[in-house]
Amino acid sequence: MGLRGEAAIVGIAELPAERKQTRPELFTLDQYAQLSRMVLDDAGLPASVVNGLVTHGVSESAMFAPATLSEYLGLPLDYGERVDLGGATAAGMVWRAAAAVELGVCDAVLCVVPGSLMVPRSQRRPPADPGWYGASSNVYGSPQAEFEIPYGNVGQNGPYAQIAQRYAAEFGYDPRATAKIAADQRTNACAHPGAVFHGKPITVDDVLDSPMIADPIHMLEVVMRVQGGAAVLVANADVASRSRNRPVWIKGFGEHIAFKTPTYADDLVRTPIAKAAETAFTMAGLQRSDVDMASLYDCYTITVLMTLEDAGFCPKGTGMSWVTEHDLTFRGDFPVNTAGGQLSFGQAGMAGGMHHVVDGARQVMGRAGEAQVADCHTAFVTGNGGIMSEQVALLLQGA
Amino acid sequence: MSQIEERPLPEPTPVSQPFWDGLRERRILVQYSPSSESYVFYPRTLAPGTLADDLEWREISGAGTLYTFTVATRPTAPPWADAVPQLLAVVEWDEGPRFSTELVDVDPADIRVGMRVEPVFCDVPEAGITLLRYRPL
Repeated sequence: MGLRGEAAIVGIAELPAERKQTRPELFTLDQYAQLSRMVLDDAGLPASVVNGLVTHGVSESAMFAPATLSEYLGLPLDYGERVDLGGATAAGMVWRAAAAVELGVCDAVLCVVPGSLMVPRSQRRPPADPGWYGASSNVYGSPQAEFEIPYGNVGQNGPYAQIAQRYAAEFGYDPRATAKIAADQRTNACAHPGAVFHGKPITVDDVLDSPMIADPIHMLEVVMRVQGGAAVLVANADVASRSRNRPVWIKGFGEHIAFKTPTYADDLVRTPIAKAAETAFTMAGLQRSDVDMASLYDCYTITVLMTLEDAGFCPKGTGMSWVTEHDLTFRGDFPVNTAGGQLSFGQAGMAGGMHHVVDGARQVMGRAGEAQVADCHTAFVTGNGGIMSEQVALLLQGA
Repeated sequence: MSQIEERPLPEPTPVSQPFWDGLRERRILVQYSPSSESYVFYPRTLAPGTLADDLEWREISGAGTLYTFTVATRPTAPPWADAVPQLLAVVEWDEGPRFSTELVDVDPADIRVGMRVEPVFCDVPEAGITLLRYRPL
């Protein structure tokens, strides 16, 4: 069952993170065009190789996203797909693209995620949505509109803090351990020029001294929203042989979707990545010990900690001591989020999930510069949507 | 300072109406699926997991334990700007399902996962709605 490992990431693109955008404001359609051009240039391939496209959607058209993009980019498609998995969208795009390539449906698939909210605004039509519902839906008939939002259970900080509190009650909690995740990732960001916090190292004490947002989560344990965008090009072996990059083969994946609102999770502290990761490792025929670097979805520090446990890198309930005993920097014994992760590179909206795919592929390509992990051939990447409710694991490998 | 946005209130649906009618009468009505012998929350038309067409309304006491919580010192959204700290909670009813709510009548420092809690019915007369909050038993 599964992939044969015959589709590869052959190009990567990631805009430098900016808190306030200095680049011109672009519609998401234009961001797609820009990122598509960047990822093709990175691969050293012409646009004419593209005959597949996977998208999260375009702000300018609520429906018909693949056709809208096919027309706008001027690229006829033999495979057009929309993925709606929140922060797991990017990883979900990559395995779908790989599956389509292995089936022979198409040769090269654009997986593009724009990440700039600073788009041209209409003078005539102001936005209708107040913008604070985040991942929650306040539409009439939505369970969240009726049973969550009226109690203020909205957005992400509160629910993730509830996950952390439940974890604390079952396994104990060491604030210095979760703070170390943020500090180690900041060290990585300081070796990656595109990161929003490049040149701004922090310590464990800095994290613990930052304001409490929702107990036990401190401000420096929460992602920083930035403007950006990221993309990869997934292609077959023939196209890969014409790319200028070392192909990063997609060897295994897993996906598991369990709920939307954490109130209704069967078990709040044993997350869907457990099943997704097990599927991915089995498919790839790889062991946890084969992994040279991990790029783990990190909306909050607790997400990284629980992913390390549930994906099988340490036993359940031991993550706090495990991260304390391991060096998670690019120089360390278990490099995690070597470009800073979303905590320190920044979260460019939906492109935050693609940050991890690009981070893993960049390392396997050997193009991470100062932050390069020595002899990096196997990367483990995760995506996480909603409130640890839908998760995707990828195993990426050099030849 | 700009005016604080109004807090969104629930709007009962054809599916959920019995639950909201119950709260107004200080009763907690939830659904039960005889074929899977399980209580169900939130209200649905078919039973989750089996899609059995056998959901019936039953009254429960509303007693439960605190499954998890957080003390949000920053408002979770603009309408709660004047409501911090928010005591966001998930209660596990003795019958099984979990319920998202807020804690009242408690010092944030005294909140513990696993503590017994009891329902507090909170009328919002202008909207004809009763919300269900919880406090330590």
